[in-house]
Amino acid sequence: MAESRLPHPDLPPPANTMGLLAWMRRNLFSSPLNIALTGLAAYLLWISVPPLLNWTLFNATWSGDTREACQGASGACWVFIRVHFEQFLYGFYPEAQRWRVNTAVLLLILGVAPLFMRTIPNPVKVKLGSSLLVVYPLIAFALLKGGLFGLSNVETSRWGGLLLTLVIAGVGMAAALPLGVLLALGRRSKMPAIQTLCVTFIEFWRGVPLITVLFMSSVMLPLFLPEGMNFDKLLRALIGVTLFQAAYMAEVVRGGLQAIPKGQLEAAAALGLGYWKTMALIVLPQALKLVIPGIVNTFIALFKDTSLVLIIGLFDLMNMVHNATTNPDWLGFSTEGYVFAAAVYWLFCFSMSRYSQNLEKRLHTGHKR
Amino acid sequence: MNSPSTARDLLSEQRMIQMEGVHKWYGAFHVLKNINLTVQKSERIVICGPSGSGKSTAIRCINRLEEYQRGRIVVDGKELSNDVKLIEQIRRDVGMVFQHFNLFPHLTVLENCVLAPIWVRKMPRQQAEEFAMQYLERVKIPEQARKYPGQLSGGQQQRVAIARSLCMNPKIMLFDEPTSALDPEMIKEVLDTMVTLAEDGMTMICVTHEMGFAKTVAHRVIFMDGGEIIEQNSPDEFFTNPQSERTRLFLSQILHH
Repeated sequence: MAESRLPHPDLPPPANTMGLLAWMRRNLFSSPLNIALTGLAAYLLWISVPPLLNWTLFNATWSGDTREACQGASGACWVFIRVHFEQFLYGFYPEAQRWRVNTAVLLLILGVAPLFMRTIPNPVKVKLGSSLLVVYPLIAFALLKGGLFGLSNVETSRWGGLLLTLVIAGVGMAAALPLGVLLALGRRSKMPAIQTLCVTFIEFWRGVPLITVLFMSSVMLPLFLPEGMNFDKLLRALIGVTLFQAAYMAEVVRGGLQAIPKGQLEAAAALGLGYWKTMALIVLPQALKLVIPGIVNTFIALFKDTSLVLIIGLFDLMNMVHNATTNPDWLGFSTEGYVFAAAVYWLFCFSMSRYSQNLEKRLHTGHKR
Repeated sequence: MNSPSTARDLLSEQRMIQMEGVHKWYGAFHVLKNINLTVQKSERIVICGPSGSGKSTAIRCINRLEEYQRGRIVVDGKELSNDVKLIEQIRRDVGMVFQHFNLFPHLTVLENCVLAPIWVRKMPRQQAEEFAMQYLERVKIPEQARKYPGQLSGGQQQRVAIARSLCMNPKIMLFDEPTSALDPEMIKEVLDTMVTLAEDGMTMICVTHEMGFAKTVAHRVIFMDGGEIIEQNSPDEFFTNPQSERTRLFLSQILHH
């Protein structure tokens, strides 16, 4: 007869492995070196944080409308930012027309919000997202540029500040990702003509600095165009930024494509799926998920690179801030200006980074293939 | 092997697969040498042989996952060519189950099953899902339909892979070592599923080392070595009275390991 055997009961873990004290012992004071490093870190925080807080918050000037308000204060003069705030947001966009910018932003938020809601099923999101990608730029352009439906015309040279930064970054991201995906697929194509074309394109754009691309678009390109033909400077910058980033995106996506095992392609083929369906339904969903960190990395770089358009005379957020610091009435506040610009850039880039981490976690369907 | 006899020609409308003088090279390496094989409707074939003998390559030629350089293959009356549309058409009717399952890890079990019926057969989603649930019940895992492949055991994944192929309502099923990547405990559940499939009259070609399966299910056992078909026979004859010395050696090795 088999001996009856009770399963071993689950025991609680030893007392000194749980809780705050155990965490501190493990992470902060586990060895003499770690104790020394913890002490050093505490000392550095002690000498750097209080003055920083004093400058930005406690000794800063918040109210007032002129530079006299900041006289004698040892902290930051945020009045400088407050006075120029609208300029930083809209650039030289006519004041009476700024509601159009606000409407465009509001529409974007309304259109994009459903894409972030988990209760809405994915097929609906795909349809919504792709139609948004086509329709929204047209609506936004009509709203911002005007000249239609009784809206007065606002030249793109007057667009500026955060508005311009978001236009360049938004268009760049929305156009560079699909283009990058196509280039990546093309580079792995079995058709030599397409492959050569894609490789040449990617290697050309990756080999040139963005500043050169922007200079070329604004200085060189008009020389090659016939007399009198001149297309918008902003449009040229947008095309330059998009093509440049698409080349980087292509290489990021290609990394993901290479990580998909051959068995996935074989299984798709065995079911009778053709090339485009295999790519769209099987390979890209997996490959893009794998390279989310790389894609977001490129997006963040793109967002920050938009500040380079200042060298071709477009007044993005960075250039507007720079412009304000040279205002004769407000000389001497460049620190505040650049800290503000940095904070805005940081806010956008950090949000993208957090969102991507969240997305990765959510799309994780577990374990090995 | 000899060319097909005239008696078989009379049954040509029943003929599902016909391979004639198929040769394949990987570069300079001659992997398939003059493969001739005819499979009738509802016939069940087991192919065995040592690793590297070309058995997987041979069945992968049937749905054109592998190209071949000489000879011809006719599947359900359609001769394979380089025409992509034709190949896709043939693949719809030829299901394949792989050694490593090759489920789509980003889709749930149910989504894995309905993907091809919806996108290839243009079936409405609801009908495809009902259809898929029937097959998942048949492979005895309907309760896993909403899970992702990564959450299932190997045996369950392979059964999902079988269900996924069946959802396309194939006329032929190819099995490429379906149990080789499984733990011993899980081999049985997959073999049982394949036996039920056999009982329903599915035309099957199965590359496997499961000799028990071959004995009970196969109409014919084919032994391959060095890229050639060395011997084909009924299971009884094959196991009790192998014709060639090479087959005898192989059998003695796998039956007494």
